[in-house]
Amino acid sequence: PLKHNSELFTLTYGALVTQLCKDYENDEEVNKQLDKMGYNIGVRLIEDFLARSSVGRCHDFRETADVIAKVAFKMYLGITPSVTNWSPAGDEFSLILESNPLVDFVELPDNHSNLVYSSLLCGVLRGALEMVQMAVDVRFAQDTLRGDNVTEIRMKFIKRIEENLPVGDE
Amino acid sequence: MEVRFTRGKSAILERSLTRPKTEVSVSAFALLFSEMVQYCQSRVYSVSELQARLADMGQGVGASLLDVLVMREKNGKRETKVLNILLFIKVNVWKALFGKEADKLDGFPAKVTVHWHKGTTLMIKFDEAVIARDKTLDGR
Repeated sequence: PLKHNSELFTLTYGALVTQLCKDYENDEEVNKQLDKMGYNIGVRLIEDFLARSSVGRCHDFRETADVIAKVAFKMYLGITPSVTNWSPAGDEFSLILESNPLVDFVELPDNHSNLVYSSLLCGVLRGALEMVQMAVDVRFAQDTLRGDNVTEIRMKFIKRIEENLPVGDE
Repeated sequence: MEVRFTRGKSAILERSLTRPKTEVSVSAFALLFSEMVQYCQSRVYSVSELQARLADMGQGVGASLLDVLVMREKNGKRETKVLNILLFIKVNVWKALFGKEADKLDGFPAKVTVHWHKGTTLMIKFDEAVIARDKTLDGR
C-alpha cells in the first residue's frame, strides 16, 4: 500500500478550495460543490477500499462505523478518528477527528466564515456508503477551523437502499 | 496545543514546519487530483485552457511548497543560480512530492521562471500533467 507524507495532499486540497472560492459567489455554493466532488470521489473510492482491505460486508451500522474509523480513515488519511455519541436508536454517531491532514496549516479568512472547508469528506462518506446500499446523512457538527476544539462529523443512517434488480422481459 | 482559532495573533504561526508524520495513501491523492481535473474540464472549452487552469492551481502549491522546503532543508537559504535551482528541484522538491529524486535533469516539462518582485522571488511553475504522470508511475 503506497503512502506518502501528507504535504502535497494538503496543499493540493487547498488549491482546490481556493479555486472554488474564486469560481463561486458564496461559501454555501463552495460547500455544495466540495460535497458534490466528494461524492464523486466516494463512489470510486469504495471500490478501491473493498479491493485493498479484506473487510467483508458489515452487519450493522455499528460495524460500519468501526470500519470507517479504524480501517478506511487510517488507510486513506493516516488518521483514526474515534467513534462516539451514539444515538439511543443506534442510527447516528459521531466521528471525532483530533487531526485532519486536509486542514494542516489552514486558517479560514474572516470573509469565509461560512465555509465548511472539509466538506469534501462528507461527500466522500455519503458516496462510498451509497455504493454499499446505505443512504446516510453526513455533516460537520464541529470544525476546528471555525473555532471548535475538535472536528466532529455526524453520520446518520437514513435507510437501506434496495438493490436494483435488472428489469426482466415482461 | 491550543487549537482554537484566535483573532489577531494566530496560533498556527507557532507550529513547527517539520515533515508531517501523517501519511496519506497515494490513491487518496490520485482520486482528489482526478476530480480536480474533471472539475476544470467541465469549465473550459479547450485543452490549452484546461492546462492553464491546472497549472494555475499547481502554481499556488509550488509556491507554498518552495517556502516550506527552503526553510526545512536549506535553513532558509534559497538558491539563486540556475543550475543550483534545478538541482534543488531534482533532489528536494521531487523528493517532497514523489518520495524519490527525479531521474534526469533534462527533459521534463517544468517551467522555471525567475520573477523579480521587490527583490528576488523564485516562481517554480509545475506542469500538472507531469505531476499526474509521475504520480501514476510511482503508483505502479
